[in-house]
Amino acid sequence: MASSMPTAPGELASGSILQRIMSGRQENLLLCLAISVFALYPLVDELFDIGRLGSMGSIMIYVLLAMGLNIVVGYAGLLDLGYAAFFAIGAYTMGLLTSPKSFFIKEGYVPEWLQHFWPALAVSWVVAAIFGVLLGAPTLRLRGDYLAIVTLGFGEIVPNFFLNAEKITNGTLGLNPVGKPSTFTIFGHKFAFAPTDQDNWYWLILAICVLSLFMIRRFYNSRLGRTWQAVREDEIAAASMGVNLVRTKLWAFALGASFAGFAGSLSAAYFQYVHPANFEFIVSITILSMVVLGGIGNIYGVIAGALLIGFFDRILTEELTPPLNSLGDALSIDFLANHNLTQDKFLIFGLALVLTMLLRPEGLFPSARRKAEFHPEEDKISEHEQQQMYDIREMDEPAVGERA
Amino acid sequence: MLLVLLAIGLIYGAYDRPELFAQYIIIGVANGALIALIALGYTLVYGIVELINFAHGEVFMMGAYFALTVVATTGVTTEKGWLILAAAAILALLGSMVFSSAINWGIDRVAYRRLRHAPRLAPLICAIGFSFILQQMAVYWKGGNPLSPPALIPSEYRAYNILQEWFGLETRIRIRPLDLAVVLITIPLLILLQWFIQRTRTGKAMRATAQDRDAAALMGIDVNRAISIAFIVGGALAGAAGMIAVYYINSARPGMGFRYGLYAFTAAVVGGIGNLNGAVIGGFIIGIAWSLSDGFLKTYPGGHFSWWGAQWTPALIFGLLVVTMVFRPSGILGETTAEKV
Repeated sequence: MASSMPTAPGELASGSILQRIMSGRQENLLLCLAISVFALYPLVDELFDIGRLGSMGSIMIYVLLAMGLNIVVGYAGLLDLGYAAFFAIGAYTMGLLTSPKSFFIKEGYVPEWLQHFWPALAVSWVVAAIFGVLLGAPTLRLRGDYLAIVTLGFGEIVPNFFLNAEKITNGTLGLNPVGKPSTFTIFGHKFAFAPTDQDNWYWLILAICVLSLFMIRRFYNSRLGRTWQAVREDEIAAASMGVNLVRTKLWAFALGASFAGFAGSLSAAYFQYVHPANFEFIVSITILSMVVLGGIGNIYGVIAGALLIGFFDRILTEELTPPLNSLGDALSIDFLANHNLTQDKFLIFGLALVLTMLLRPEGLFPSARRKAEFHPEEDKISEHEQQQMYDIREMDEPAVGERA
Repeated sequence: MLLVLLAIGLIYGAYDRPELFAQYIIIGVANGALIALIALGYTLVYGIVELINFAHGEVFMMGAYFALTVVATTGVTTEKGWLILAAAAILALLGSMVFSSAINWGIDRVAYRRLRHAPRLAPLICAIGFSFILQQMAVYWKGGNPLSPPALIPSEYRAYNILQEWFGLETRIRIRPLDLAVVLITIPLLILLQWFIQRTRTGKAMRATAQDRDAAALMGIDVNRAISIAFIVGGALAGAAGMIAVYYINSARPGMGFRYGLYAFTAAVVGGIGNLNGAVIGGFIIGIAWSLSDGFLKTYPGGHFSWWGAQWTPALIFGLLVVTMVFRPSGILGETTAEKV
């Protein structure tokens, strides 16, 4: 029932259990709770000597990326297969502005005040958004699947350019070191950002994630957010209601790209290294499968998807490989004994995409509206229309309604 | 802008060094024939179900891997007579065609068919998923490293120049038997396909389905069968391309499908997606652009393009893709159909 009133409370309540919990004021309460749980993780890590803080930092960067891609794919319904390009642009902006290896710094083009983490972070946010507009402006008039391929091409060209423009980007050697935030003090706690200060880095990334979450939520609940949904559900209807299609899509593209810019510059500073190999196609697909698995269009679902896949990718495969190998030794099965689970990424992401689309196309934690869109057969009006088609066309598949 | 500059440079280069230019064109034509075979698979499927079959590049790669296996299993060596070698080559070609079409058909049957009425995004995401699954399967099957195929072509033929040996021409342009073989295998396949689509009853059913699925169903055409056949034919062409590619580039690796697949998709779009002749023309354009960009451009007199090399080829080809999409989304031969909005 995608066409019924979007803001009616009854509509939301008919969604999943998660949806029902998340509606109303409890949402904010739960959110605060979740954020504090994540904020306390470094203490837990230290207490139980888990030693996974570094992995959690990079998972959080993935969460940020997934939230950004959700704007483009989930809210506006535009399939972007080259999202890693904006991630790369953010990272290289940070690198080129702050790294001593950078061509622009060596030539003295960058003013002194800009060569620090915070101003560079802001700049990379803007630069990524500008590139989003530059790519989007000529291509957003294309149909959905064409757009997917153009973005894919763009996602290939950008790392290729960074790899080959050696004079500017230092090519395969990458940029290292990269600027990091200077030490500051809040409530007597000193926040230093040396490589050993993993907990401070984690809190910094988490803070930026939370900030982005609130920004994206505000965007979604604004007039702009509503036009995104309108365009996604029915372009023709939206256009005839006075929505400017290209401008709406362009905003989605630019905002989505800008959060990738955030993530890129953060990860550049976090790893103190920018290298073109970190932005290959697999990165775009990883982020896409997070969004698809978690629930296209529902920001909490997407965060859950990102945590799930990130946890699997960064932690579970590494933890499970030694027991699997010893099991293989015990059973003397060579394949298990020598198999490294971290190499199975492609299979896992592929399966995640295919199975989600086949079994639950709206993802694990969908938004009610998105769910309705992916199940057109439950729609009263289209049921009538489709039944007429089914009666003639497909005898091997059960007809949706009863024969008239 | 850059493309125009490149074109001017090329024309001048062709005038300045005709022999070298001709050489790269010959390589480009052979490359183009390969790409055209893959591009046809994209265009066939897109024409009939409007789905960009993202996994098609991997279907091609699986065909290449299967060809390796077949040749290795027959155990032929280059010392054997040419008749046995040719028989092994034909066996590998047919084997990989069957194998690839089975994969392509299977994917359609398992996944795409269930998503015919879902939003467009669903089958596309599914196809991306399958492309990754197939890549991983290839890694499990043969390992992730590049493989060189078992010898099938006597090594002295690799450097053999047909123009010199057969026609006695005193020229530095070289046509290798391999270049010739690629084109000689491709052309009959193209003619066969053209005949199949235009002349047979099944081909007619496919064309009708592509035009209007519901109307075709009303006329008693088994739409699902027509779609399955499009996948099977596309897969067979990709398998043939896989077998040829393995021996033409003399290596195979799990990632080869991704790059070739994207180039072939670009070719299909440049030619006009959904149009069979367009895919072939696009294939040759991309193939020639590829070979010129790989080697010829940096020899351009005056050294203005000395920085250009094979590393910029992907950027050039995707640049072509983007330019086509923006200025003529329907491609060279495609009809200009206006969007509804």
